[in-house]
Amino acid sequence: MLSVAASVGRMANEFFEWFGNLGIFSWKVLCAALTPPYEGRELIRQLDEVGSKSLPLVALAGAAIGVVISLEARYTLSRFGAKSMFPATLVYSVIQVMGPIMTGLIVSGRVGAGIGAELASMKVTEQIDAIEASAINPYRLLAATRILACILMMPLLTLAADASGLLTGWFAQTLVEPLSFHQFIESGFKGSTFNVFLPPTFKTAVYGLIIGMIACYEGMRTRGGAEGVGRAATNSVVLASLFVILADVVLVKFILVFFP
Amino acid sequence: MAIAHDIAMKQKDSQEESSAPIVAVKELRKSYGSRRVLNGISLRVTRGETLAVLGRSGTGKSVLLRLIIGLETPDSGSVCIYGQDIAGLALDRLGEIRKKMGFLFQQAALYDSLTVAENVAFPLEHHRRDLSGSERGERVKQLLAEVGMEGDLQKMPSDISGGMRKRVGLARALALEPEILLLDEPTAGLDPISSGEINDLILTLQRERQMASIVVTHDLHSARTIANSLALLDQGSVVIEGKFEDLQQSDIGFVKEFLQKS
Repeated sequence: MLSVAASVGRMANEFFEWFGNLGIFSWKVLCAALTPPYEGRELIRQLDEVGSKSLPLVALAGAAIGVVISLEARYTLSRFGAKSMFPATLVYSVIQVMGPIMTGLIVSGRVGAGIGAELASMKVTEQIDAIEASAINPYRLLAATRILACILMMPLLTLAADASGLLTGWFAQTLVEPLSFHQFIESGFKGSTFNVFLPPTFKTAVYGLIIGMIACYEGMRTRGGAEGVGRAATNSVVLASLFVILADVVLVKFILVFFP
Repeated sequence: MAIAHDIAMKQKDSQEESSAPIVAVKELRKSYGSRRVLNGISLRVTRGETLAVLGRSGTGKSVLLRLIIGLETPDSGSVCIYGQDIAGLALDRLGEIRKKMGFLFQQAALYDSLTVAENVAFPLEHHRRDLSGSERGERVKQLLAEVGMEGDLQKMPSDISGGMRKRVGLARALALEPEILLLDEPTAGLDPISSGEINDLILTLQRERQMASIVVTHDLHSARTIANSLALLDQGSVVIEGKFEDLQQSDIGFVKEFLQKS
């Protein structure tokens, strides 16, 4: 009984320690990011790393989601005699729900693992210490640039996933029942305002913050050789994905309240 | 008369300046969990002096260097660089002091995604923004020529040997023209010929640049070759400090054993 209580106590301690250290890490990154010199060249490199190199994967996943929603929606709407609602159903499903969360999870996997493993590898081979010994702030050079790149690229990647999903969704529908793209778009977006589509797209900047912050934190606190690098990469993906899903719950409610 | 007095004062100032410690470590203590690594170490190094810190593996020699450059914080005691205690300094303020220091890591710690030339250019790109691209390129070539690596500019760190990596690490450490040089096991893992070359290189650099240097090593031959004074560590404390002859004349059992088995 005592050992169970001790285990629970230790886990609670580790839980709060993790959050406490993440808070300290975030503060250091924020201070470094807001003070010059700014690492513009590294930021551009990271924008390419996070954005351009994730684009094909995100677009492909978006395309698959578009086809799946198209197939499912047509079948379900037909059952209720609401086939005319198909374009709006597809547009709302992709842009408001599936596009953002799917992009968040894809980027958590690709970019989260990449950042976590890269920084962890640098940490265990003393490259981060070498940066610090060269009088360069590693929080500014390594963490702030990667986190900012994730924040800036997530909404753009989400737009790419949305566009890809809508295109393949329309295409899958057209194969069964011809519908011009113009008609599809007009019907899908009828009566919509920017308020409907902008908040779900821009909420992904928060996902970017979560992915970047957790991956950099896990990478830069790594200890213990190759095993540590593997652990950092795994933790980055698992924790970033988990927190993206949890953030989605909060952000959906927030958007419903403030952008009804 | 007045001129002679001025000259005498200037000579006195100059002597005081050269004897004033650039690095002064006082009563430094550091523990990891229950394991005490450093137990009240005090050392000082002046301009042009090379101090070799000797000791068995795991006696905290590398930790001492990491504390001096501020990569770790001591439990107690102080590290003063040019009289400024570095404990508790903000990272950017500490950075200003670090610009005067060069650090060669035990495994060289080269950036593995950058070429040899880019590794050496890295500190220059961040701290010498006044240099044009071509000036920086020239400086990199000059630094790599100093360490005998001018023919390997475009090679990746994974494509060169351990000794070559240390040379590149040394060139990178010298990029900002430091006044303090910290070397962590510069000859560890190298064959005798490469070790000799690295020792000669360090000696040449010392003669030319008159830096204050601390060399951590367990290689007594290397320490004798490059250092003016030696400090022998055991169980986190300095057992003896002085010239090689002082160590030879010592009656302390550990010192005798260390010299015999080296």
